[in-house]
Amino acid sequence: MKIAVCVKQVPTREWQPRLREDKSWIRDQDVSYEMNEPDAYALEEALRLREKHGGEVVVCSAGPVRVQQVLREALARGADRALHVEDDSLRLADPSVGAGALAGAMAGEQFDLVLTGLQSDDQGFGQTGVVLAELLGVPHSTIIMEINVQVPGSDMAPTDGQSLQVRVKRELEGGWFQWLTMPLPVLLTIQSGINQLRYATLKGIMAAKKKEIRKVSLAAGLRPSQQVVSLALPTRSKQTQMIEGSPSDAARELVRRLRDEVRAL
Amino acid sequence: MILVVAEQRDDTLNRATWEAIVAAQQLAVNGDGVVTLVVIGALVDRVSKELAAAGVGDVLVVSDPVFKLYTPDAYVAVLSQVIASISPEVVAFAHTYQTRDFAPALATRLQVPLITDVTATAGVGEGTVLTRPMFQGKLAAEVRPIGLGPYMVTFQIGAYRADQLRKSAVPSAVTPVPFTVDHSVVRQEPEAPFQESKQAVDLSQATKIVAVGRGIKSQDGLPVVKALADAMDAELAASRPICDNGWLPMERQIGSSGQTVAPKLYVAVGISGAIQHLVGMKGARTIVAINKDADAPIFEVADFGVVGDLFELVPAIIAELKKA
Repeated sequence: MKIAVCVKQVPTREWQPRLREDKSWIRDQDVSYEMNEPDAYALEEALRLREKHGGEVVVCSAGPVRVQQVLREALARGADRALHVEDDSLRLADPSVGAGALAGAMAGEQFDLVLTGLQSDDQGFGQTGVVLAELLGVPHSTIIMEINVQVPGSDMAPTDGQSLQVRVKRELEGGWFQWLTMPLPVLLTIQSGINQLRYATLKGIMAAKKKEIRKVSLAAGLRPSQQVVSLALPTRSKQTQMIEGSPSDAARELVRRLRDEVRAL
Repeated sequence: MILVVAEQRDDTLNRATWEAIVAAQQLAVNGDGVVTLVVIGALVDRVSKELAAAGVGDVLVVSDPVFKLYTPDAYVAVLSQVIASISPEVVAFAHTYQTRDFAPALATRLQVPLITDVTATAGVGEGTVLTRPMFQGKLAAEVRPIGLGPYMVTFQIGAYRADQLRKSAVPSAVTPVPFTVDHSVVRQEPEAPFQESKQAVDLSQATKIVAVGRGIKSQDGLPVVKALADAMDAELAASRPICDNGWLPMERQIGSSGQTVAPKLYVAVGISGAIQHLVGMKGARTIVAINKDADAPIFEVADFGVVGDLFELVPAIIAELKKA
């Protein structure tokens, strides 16, 4: 099976937001980056499917030069090669542009399975995977918790050259799930927690240095569908009373208020 | 006109639909004021009557056995027809898992902008701006759909209050909509939804909850938080990453993929407050947040906040509780 995994490079979880003076975007120079966590689960799932069924895992990302960091990391964890749609304008890509850029790069590859995280920890549109499926003309399903590759009409594991399908477990809200079946090729967005992540070994890091990252130029004519006008710290919906002092002082004050003021204890 | 796509399963309305209608009513004030609802399903008599009874706007019904179990392909196929035939200025949805599964494909097929997870709207026409969280809720972005044409929007669950619905005493009309769906366009073959196991803990009934998040760093941090829950006579719960790691069972997870709770007291320990968690607990009467990061989004919904090391604060609170 030929599997593509789309990964995004996002600010680290520890990053404290700082805005540009005109508030139009964050101050990029302050940011350190990491692989979007849901995408890391998608990558892990792809690696496990390759271990089971054979084939190739190609990691894909659209972004400026700096996203090579996460591509290299994915290669170190075990991906076979990488596609990088490199363009500085992709820093701010909305779902139309981001998915359009990836679709252009993937068009000639004929992937059987395309995996993405369910959303990104930066802009958090939660759209790119589904838009990409529509652009590639393949069926999709989202928030996936389990993937079984099958031969239609049988429980047998696939052999080469057969037409294949996937039966996937999709998460619904409030503790409900659903199985559904689709023919390959297919795009799935992966829920965090579907598997346990592996980390790169020293051997993997060394091997990654020899793996190919192919640069692809951005397809012309992609138009954004939305624009960020300004960013701000969110307004508080409640007046939060901050309790200060040493741990023991703060603890005493908190317990007093919970007991006497709001009678919650 | 604003078209609101209602969500139902087995002829039972998803309550978040009412919130989307409230948001649409606020947005419609800037246009012609008309809100229209569309409901899709195999049998939707009860849902369409319930929607019509509120008198908020015409209820369009799309009914066919192909919609018995939701699939994104069938929904995209039929909604692109309905939208093309009635040309709404805005198409609105609740930001549910189901909406997230098909709305981006629908927007792409219709070549219109889709703004997701919106918490507030302002302005008219070209000046319309929509507020949505970014960077896990650390920032709020004002976003504008590009172009003068129609756009689509999903509203965050819990951002609008269903009790602010402006109803009318006159029930609205229920109208079947003509459509054709070629069943062969539906590539997903769905099975019936199911629950993994009968949940042993019903956190929705708990009056006090102590919930733990990534701040505990490792499973070794769990006993101290469990001790706090015991000292408060509270149930222990967690944010998603804790359950993903297997440190606590999934049934103790609070948030959009877990349980929604509204206890008298909710103590969030080492939880930063990603939006997926907040939607599950912001209805709690009193919220306490303990976190080392003073800018964590959890403090936006907290009544009481303590910034500091949970491994120092939690034992101090337990000691204090035992004093009395």
